[in-house]
Amino acid sequence: MADFSGSDLTCLRGERLVFGGLSFSAKSGDAVMLRGRNGAGKSSLLRLMAGLLTPRSGMLCWNGENISDDRTAHHARTHYLGHQDAIKPVLTVRDNLRLWGQLRGVRDLDATIDRALHALQIHHLARVTGRYLSSGQKRRTALARILIGQSDLWLLDEPTVGLDRESCAELAQLIKDFRARGGIVIYSTHIDLDVEKPTVLDLDEFAIPMVEWLAEQDDIEDLVHGGKDAISSQEAAQ
Amino acid sequence: MNGFLAILQRDLRLALRQGADSVMVVAFFIVTTTLFPFGVGPEVNILARIASGVIWVSALLAAMLSLERVFQTDYEDGTLELLTTSPVSLELLILGKVLAHWLTTGLPLIIAAPLMAVMLNMDQDGFATLMIAMLLGTPALSLIGAIGAALILGARRGGVLVSLLVLPLYIPVLIFGAGAVEAALLGISAIAQLQIMGAILLLTLAAAPFATSHAVRQAME
Amino acid sequence: MHRFAKPSVFLKFTAPILPWLSVLTVILIAAGLYFSLIGSPVDYQQGHTVRIMYIHVPAAWMGLFCYVGMAICGAMSLIWKHPLADICARATAPVGATFTALCLITGSLWGEPMWGTWWVWDARLTSMLILLFLYLGYMALVNAFDDPERGSKAGSALALVGAVNVPIVKFSVDWWNTLHQPASIVRMDGPAVDPSMQLPLALMILGFTCYYFVVLILRVRLELNERRIRALHLSGMFEDSETPASAKEQAYEAGHNVEAKQ
Repeated sequence: MADFSGSDLTCLRGERLVFGGLSFSAKSGDAVMLRGRNGAGKSSLLRLMAGLLTPRSGMLCWNGENISDDRTAHHARTHYLGHQDAIKPVLTVRDNLRLWGQLRGVRDLDATIDRALHALQIHHLARVTGRYLSSGQKRRTALARILIGQSDLWLLDEPTVGLDRESCAELAQLIKDFRARGGIVIYSTHIDLDVEKPTVLDLDEFAIPMVEWLAEQDDIEDLVHGGKDAISSQEAAQ
Repeated sequence: MNGFLAILQRDLRLALRQGADSVMVVAFFIVTTTLFPFGVGPEVNILARIASGVIWVSALLAAMLSLERVFQTDYEDGTLELLTTSPVSLELLILGKVLAHWLTTGLPLIIAAPLMAVMLNMDQDGFATLMIAMLLGTPALSLIGAIGAALILGARRGGVLVSLLVLPLYIPVLIFGAGAVEAALLGISAIAQLQIMGAILLLTLAAAPFATSHAVRQAME
Repeated sequence: MHRFAKPSVFLKFTAPILPWLSVLTVILIAAGLYFSLIGSPVDYQQGHTVRIMYIHVPAAWMGLFCYVGMAICGAMSLIWKHPLADICARATAPVGATFTALCLITGSLWGEPMWGTWWVWDARLTSMLILLFLYLGYMALVNAFDDPERGSKAGSALALVGAVNVPIVKFSVDWWNTLHQPASIVRMDGPAVDPSMQLPLALMILGFTCYYFVVLILRVRLELNERRIRALHLSGMFEDSETPASAKEQAYEAGHNVEAKQ
């Protein structure tokens, strides 16, 4: 029974505070759906979980151990799907996927790729080069990648972009099978995905007012009050 | 090892399929070298005197122009992100990419260099030393260049910026590379210069992958 | 050092230091100039032109000192994640670059009466020229990103890589120089440093160093205040939301780093 949790995570992008004090917990078989407005930090949170970003404060733990202590192990157990598909236009679908299997040390690579392609109904495209694929087909190829190599955690950033209804249903089925095997799925989506009983993590709840956060970091109380005075005196003058 | 070979194989295949890159690098090298006679006059003695320097500078510039290729495309289409999150160490993957870059850039330059040496009337005594020096120098150029290529990911005008960053770092390789050939042309042993170039190569081999992976991780944030 | 990590602490600490340091700088440089121009002997070979040395050598020293400082700040930023280190590195670069350029210009001015040319490829000048390129590369890199933090981090990495290279480049240039100019081994240090020449040299070096710290403190203070203003803007402190928003929108805005008006 695996456990993936985050405590008191704060994320800074540029000089903007995206979210602060975020905590969550997920166990084997759980699905966590990230919700929030644009800019709420869904992609940033997924990147934090994947180990691409380091949090300003707080930590992420797998089975109680900080993921930054052993990044290689964390990468080995995680499959991350970002906004981009990472499809090379001059390589065939099969060749596009081959590298990722090799990096994960998958044996019987061709058979595994076949299975993944069948699961996403794109096996007929195996020999088609990337430049001739539609955007939905590219997305499905990217999704096929997460089926190659064993993993315990799926981090999917808007996996449904460009997919039609049938493909979304397929994806939902894949997620269901993965959860049944004990995997954890954390995803964000604008389109309704038919996932059983997901835990909803609303990032809007963790958007702390930046002024508060600034006041913690820096003794700008006087500046804050000075600013407020300036505004109220402006109003009085009007 | 498996990951290293995998990325090497893929990058080589991509370079092959996307075709003209190596050819363009060599073409640039040849064109740049032939500019010098137009600039300094075709007098044989003068050309022979400046030949080793000219060949090295042109090789440096040609190597530098192809640096964007190393990471930029992968950065833009999301591949670099996936490489960073793969279980294979990023340093090893970077070494694989740099080796692919050298095989498609440095190696063709080494093969084209004697041709340029002939055109600039360099004395035959220098040819062997030139090739050995370039064999030691061009991998170092690829390794140092990779650091620059990684630092400018996401920057504006990255292509021009990388030249400003990387060329000062290339100067030691240039000095000792051209110096080795000059020594050979004078009939004295170039072994000291070649040893220093070997040392530079070992140093960059040890340090560059870590500096580059650090820069790549910065770009991912 | 982490005590000064909080911007307000740094600002409070440096506010009283600044005027004293500025006064010290003026005194040192004035005294240094006096001794350089009037109170020191004339070289029997070069005459009065040797006096350029009193600017050239300290400027060279400062150019190198600032680069090492930048590299140390880079290390502190990347390894120990000190929050002020980035700002210090960015503030140091233009000062170091200016000193290096000053060294090159004074070197050229000094060389003309001695060798009749405005530029000569001696080891020191050439190394300083390369150092100037390293500075320019750093400044170009940190300003090439839309996100200033990304620029600072990239710059810190570059400064470290450059620092490793500086001894290699120095060694290469020295070797190159002796190889190609065996006859006239000129040293731009001027004649062997006579005790009467040591005093103005020391004064100028100290004066330049104090000047650097004054400028550094000023620039860091400027940057810190600019960041606070930007942060306050981002937090919506100065937003003028006249249109009454619905309760839901207001709640959303309160959450998304825009201060809702009561």
